[in-house]
Amino acid sequence: MRTLIVLGISLLSSVSYVHASDPIKIGMSQPLTGDIAAAGTYVANGARVAVEVVNKSGGVLGRQIQLILEDNKSNPKEAVATAEKLLSGDKVPVILGAWGSTLTLAIMPRLLEYKVPMVVETASSSKVTTSGNPWVFRISPPSAIEAKAFGDTLFTKFTPAIKKADMLVVNNDWGRGASDEFTKLMRSKGVQIGAVETMAPDATDLSAQLAKIKQSGGDTLFVTTGIEQLTLVLKQAQEQRVPQRIVSTGGSSAPDQLIEQAGLAANGSYHIVFFAPWFPEDAAHPEVAKTFIEAWKKKGYAAAGLTDGFRGYDGILTAVQAIKDAGKAEPAAIRDALWNVNVKGANGDIKFEKAGPAGQESGQSIPNIYVVQIKDGKVVKP
Amino acid sequence: MEQLLQHLLNAVVLGGTYALLGIGLTLIFGVMRVANFTHGELYTFGAYMAYALIGPLELNFFVGLAIAVMLGILLGIVIEFMLLRPLQKSDMDTTMLVTIGAWIALQNMELFGWGGVAKSVPHPFPTDPFVIGSVSVAPLRVFVVCVAMVLLVSFYLMINRTTFGIAMRATFQDPEVSSLMGVKINRMFTLTFAIGSGLAASAGALLAPVFVVVPMMGDLVTLKAFAVVILGGLGNIVGATIGGFVLGLAEELGAGYIDSGYRDAMGFILIIAVLLLRPQGLFAPRERTG
Repeated sequence: MRTLIVLGISLLSSVSYVHASDPIKIGMSQPLTGDIAAAGTYVANGARVAVEVVNKSGGVLGRQIQLILEDNKSNPKEAVATAEKLLSGDKVPVILGAWGSTLTLAIMPRLLEYKVPMVVETASSSKVTTSGNPWVFRISPPSAIEAKAFGDTLFTKFTPAIKKADMLVVNNDWGRGASDEFTKLMRSKGVQIGAVETMAPDATDLSAQLAKIKQSGGDTLFVTTGIEQLTLVLKQAQEQRVPQRIVSTGGSSAPDQLIEQAGLAANGSYHIVFFAPWFPEDAAHPEVAKTFIEAWKKKGYAAAGLTDGFRGYDGILTAVQAIKDAGKAEPAAIRDALWNVNVKGANGDIKFEKAGPAGQESGQSIPNIYVVQIKDGKVVKP
Repeated sequence: MEQLLQHLLNAVVLGGTYALLGIGLTLIFGVMRVANFTHGELYTFGAYMAYALIGPLELNFFVGLAIAVMLGILLGIVIEFMLLRPLQKSDMDTTMLVTIGAWIALQNMELFGWGGVAKSVPHPFPTDPFVIGSVSVAPLRVFVVCVAMVLLVSFYLMINRTTFGIAMRATFQDPEVSSLMGVKINRMFTLTFAIGSGLAASAGALLAPVFVVVPMMGDLVTLKAFAVVILGGLGNIVGATIGGFVLGLAEELGAGYIDSGYRDAMGFILIIAVLLLRPQGLFAPRERTG
């Protein structure tokens, strides 16, 4: 009897595998709870929107896309568990993830083990693409690329010019990486460096750091951290009358949310973003940006989430294009196809260059970056 | 020098709220012998209630704060009645595990109910700071410190000058003997937990407009409240008050002059030092035995 049941189950499951009209699964690991739940949820929503848009236009290879979303709880251990579940349980041919360098780096060894490619939508540490993992394809800029782009196109836009810069960064891979790269860039531009301060990811009172920064005599303060802490930095900088102009880096500052929560304290601050939903006509592909923004609003998601949500959107578009080019939903074929994609994303063109040790290169796309300013409670071009 | 003054001022502001958190926790420990891990959640609860009442419900700021604290007291009574009373005869490990469970459950309920996006509480104070020389402080923070001081002083008067306070201190020293003297122990436990919870909720409600409100905000607070309690000596109310200010000072000066990345570690380094050198706490008199 038991043999019969086992036979029946295995027959059923094998039947489901050959069914061509079954949806193609794309796995995703995001922090939906925990410290960075807000940003992770925005990215997940962006992916949901993309899946809807793709499915509405007929899906890919004649099949629909199914997003399998797992919560990594802002915790590297949980991130590994979500990867295990997606790779060995759901057997997805490609995954997206995992918000942030720490969570992404935790998952990466599993990709080598299961030989499944991952599109990295948010992570800034150089380690992600230089550790010799040929299954990693990153569409977000590492801090070095962000700093370089800032130096090439945005540095001269500030008046009065930046003469002495201070850094206030969250004490993890992301913050320290950003502080190193922006310090390097500033030095190369002949800018002096004043105070370099760090803050624990869950610290709420930053008065000590700000008191030090206030005394440094700098004119510009670069801040790298998540939106909640950035809100606190802006509020407390205003309380302590920190004179520096504040520039946030990292691209997840969601200026609309800052305006709502920091109020007047947000006025005058500058923010580096990788997607500027206020000016879709300035995007590299305005029609893609507009489609995304419309679909997002139709779902009733908060407009503040667009600056993070686009990462999920572009991530799905990239994975779908690779599946289409590969002609089949198999991990190795998708990996090979990823090297040749040229996706029109909300951020701009997504195509991968080789990064990391020869023979085991990871893919790195070079995204666009923008800077916006908050003025009188509105987001404007500086 | 100017920087030092700013650090000292910040330390006083910070220390006042640490003291509020610390005395609530130490009171519960002293009277009930419960290591209460829901303390930080009461803080979070107070903050969310302040947000709900002052934000979406548009109540007057001060009325909203007062109601938030009362709701915190109510939640404290519910927790005591439902979780701790049935376990009155259990040892400390059991009640500790129960409060840890309640902590996790409450936090997930907050995440479920409010979502992960931070909430901001509007307040009527001008955002321009008071500036004296090169030292500045926001009017809102001055308000927070004043209320904290009023709460601390009224708490002392209650403990030292009222019959209720005497009964509470008696229970503190010896529950059995005080019950023989006519103190209703059960009611005393409920009231103690309610007052401790109210103090935590008031710290949360007061700090909500200063910071932002998120479901995880209580985690670090629970740990810091324990740090304050250990600094002052377990169950020592005066010690916890001074401990609060010592912790604020250690964090400010540690971050200002050693390394800001380790700001939150300073308090815990201090605990390790205290436990090694003076395990009864900085301010505890010799342990009364028997």
